Amino acid sequence: MKVAVCINHVPDTETKIKISADSKSIDRAGVNFMMSPYDEIAVEEGLRIRDKFKGEVIVISLGGEKHKETLRKALAMGVDKAVLLKDEGERDSHGVAVGLAAELRALAPDVILCGKQSIDFDDAQVGTAVAEMLGLPSVGVVVKIDIQDGNVVCQREIEGGHETVETRLPAVFLAQKGLNDPRYPSLKGIMAAKSKPIEEKPAAAAEPRVLTVAMRKPPAKSSGKILGTDKTAVPELVRLLHDEAKVI
Amino acid sequence: MTILAFAEHRDGKFKKSSFETVRAARTVADALQADLCALVIGSGITALAQELGQYGASRVLVVDDPVLAAHANRAFASAIATVAAQRKADLIFLPASQMGKDLAPRVAVKLNAGLASDCVAVNVENGELIATRPVYAGKALVDVRVTTPVKVYTLRPNVFTATTGGGEAVVEQMSVPVDPADLTTVVKDIKVATGRPDVTEADIIVSGGRGMKGPEHFGMLESLADVLGAAVGASRAVVDAGWRPHDEQVGQTGKTVSPTLYVACGISGAVQHVAGMSSSKYIVAINKDKDAPIFQIADYGIVGDVFEVVPELTTQLKQVLGK
Ligand SMILES: Cc1cc2nc3c(=O)[nH]c(=O)nc-3n(C[C@H](O)[C@H](O)[C@H](O)COP(=O)(O)OP(=O)(O)OC[C@H]3O[C@@H](n4cnc5c(N)ncnc54)[C@H](O)[C@@H]3O)c2cc1C
Ligand SMILES: Nc1ncnc2c1ncn2[C@@H]1O[C@H](COP(=O)(O)O)[C@@H](O)[C@H]1O
Repeated sequence: MKVAVCINHVPDTETKIKISADSKSIDRAGVNFMMSPYDEIAVEEGLRIRDKFKGEVIVISLGGEKHKETLRKALAMGVDKAVLLKDEGERDSHGVAVGLAAELRALAPDVILCGKQSIDFDDAQVGTAVAEMLGLPSVGVVVKIDIQDGNVVCQREIEGGHETVETRLPAVFLAQKGLNDPRYPSLKGIMAAKSKPIEEKPAAAAEPRVLTVAMRKPPAKSSGKILGTDKTAVPELVRLLHDEAKVI
Repeated sequence: MTILAFAEHRDGKFKKSSFETVRAARTVADALQADLCALVIGSGITALAQELGQYGASRVLVVDDPVLAAHANRAFASAIATVAAQRKADLIFLPASQMGKDLAPRVAVKLNAGLASDCVAVNVENGELIATRPVYAGKALVDVRVTTPVKVYTLRPNVFTATTGGGEAVVEQMSVPVDPADLTTVVKDIKVATGRPDVTEADIIVSGGRGMKGPEHFGMLESLADVLGAAVGASRAVVDAGWRPHDEQVGQTGKTVSPTLYVACGISGAVQHVAGMSSSKYIVAINKDKDAPIFQIADYGIVGDVFEVVPELTTQLKQVLGK
């Protein structure tokens, strides 16, 4: 079984976002980056599928030199190969999908795993767009993947419940929290990853389709009233919910 | 100019996010003097279609086919793209529901269109649509412009208002051939978890954190939620401890929510949690630590013990609401 996992390198969740002078992007100075959390879940699932069915796991990231950090982390977790589709510029999701699809078409994996969304632009479109470009089935927000002879039964999250979805390989799966608990790289894994090569090639070109006009901070939420320090404050809360917030 | 708005339904009812989408599309259509068609796909759904007139759809296109009884993302996306091409739709709106997110990227690829996902505002400026979407889990907002001739947008549930007051809609049957190859991914079964609404769709959320001390105490929050008709949410700490299911997690690696009211009980207000809920219209925090960061964004705070305050709140709300 050949498994490919697409992984993105994104600002740490602790990051306080500062908008850069051009008002179109974030100020990257002092920002720590990490593997997008859903992609970590996708890598873990890839490793488990490989261990069960034998074969290999290849991770792919599209971006600048910095993305190597995230590829190294995947190598430390135990993947077999890492590919950097190099582009130092900014791409929209369509551009990312075009680049990934070109590489995946050549690789022709049985299983393609992505995260359900990157936590930078929270776009939730690259994985499904890649599936469409490759003419493959896809299962989004998946919390269970059960592969049996090329047939796959998945559980996927929907509002207020779960769907059972059946599909066939090759297919694309978008990992959601709950699919597994990603492993931490072992010390041995981290050491071994340092010497594993990362294949580099230019990312296939694409025209942008969505342009950022402006980036700004949302209006700051000011802290409100402290109504009290015990249950005697409850009547006032109920009154405010009724008179001011009008939610009851 | 033509606008197409996709409306999702489950169990014979449209979802609220579909009404919101049709209404928002109506507002855009008015600003651009465009025609608005709603689109409904499924089996035995023609009788439902008329209801969309109330939300401003003057015409509802219906793809009613027994093979489309269950959600099949490729077949649904093909149907949307086919109808969009037949009607020469310029703009396509879908709810950013799980189904909408499953379809929109495919529709966009099929139509060589750009997709702006999970928008929280769509405004027409100088004859052009500018969409606003949160990025970095809501820590920033971007205004975007889609540059392709056909443009696709998904709209975040619970943000746009679904006002009624529209009129009668003309319902039109569309015949769209379904390619059997598009039916390779099919939903076999749907399990609905609880009787309570999902956090992404709820108007009120009662959420609990580590301050709840254990899974056995969430009954207290469920009682409060039931009085308010609310969903139950949770912090990641609580989900990771196995006290609550994953689908209740609110935050940067959970659900992003925009309810009218969010009640945070025993939640400290870590950046990752706040990222997922700071766009709530009203936030109530109950926490015994007066310095907890959650109070910095709460409209109303009670510095107190959840075990004392929450049951009292439930009791008093019951009285006020006559339950
Ligand atoms: C990559 C990453 C992603 C993350 N994603 C998310 C996410 O999506 N969602 C999320 O929630 N977190 C997320 N986190 C975790 C986040 O950093 C916090 O650890 C988490 O939100 C804390 O949960 P909590 O508020 O329930 O617990 P704590 O921080 O432990 O807070 C418990 C609070 O309860 C109060 N308390 C205790 N007893 C009582 C009582 N009897 N009455 C009243 N108050 C009481 C305490 O004063 C305290 O403020 C993420 C972290 C990382 C690193
Ligand atoms: N630059 C990238 N390189 C590799 N994979 C990516 C990249 N951007 C997004 N992805 C994949 O696509 C998923 C969805 O991303 P997005 O549509 O940006 O929210 C991510 O979880 C990754 O699996």
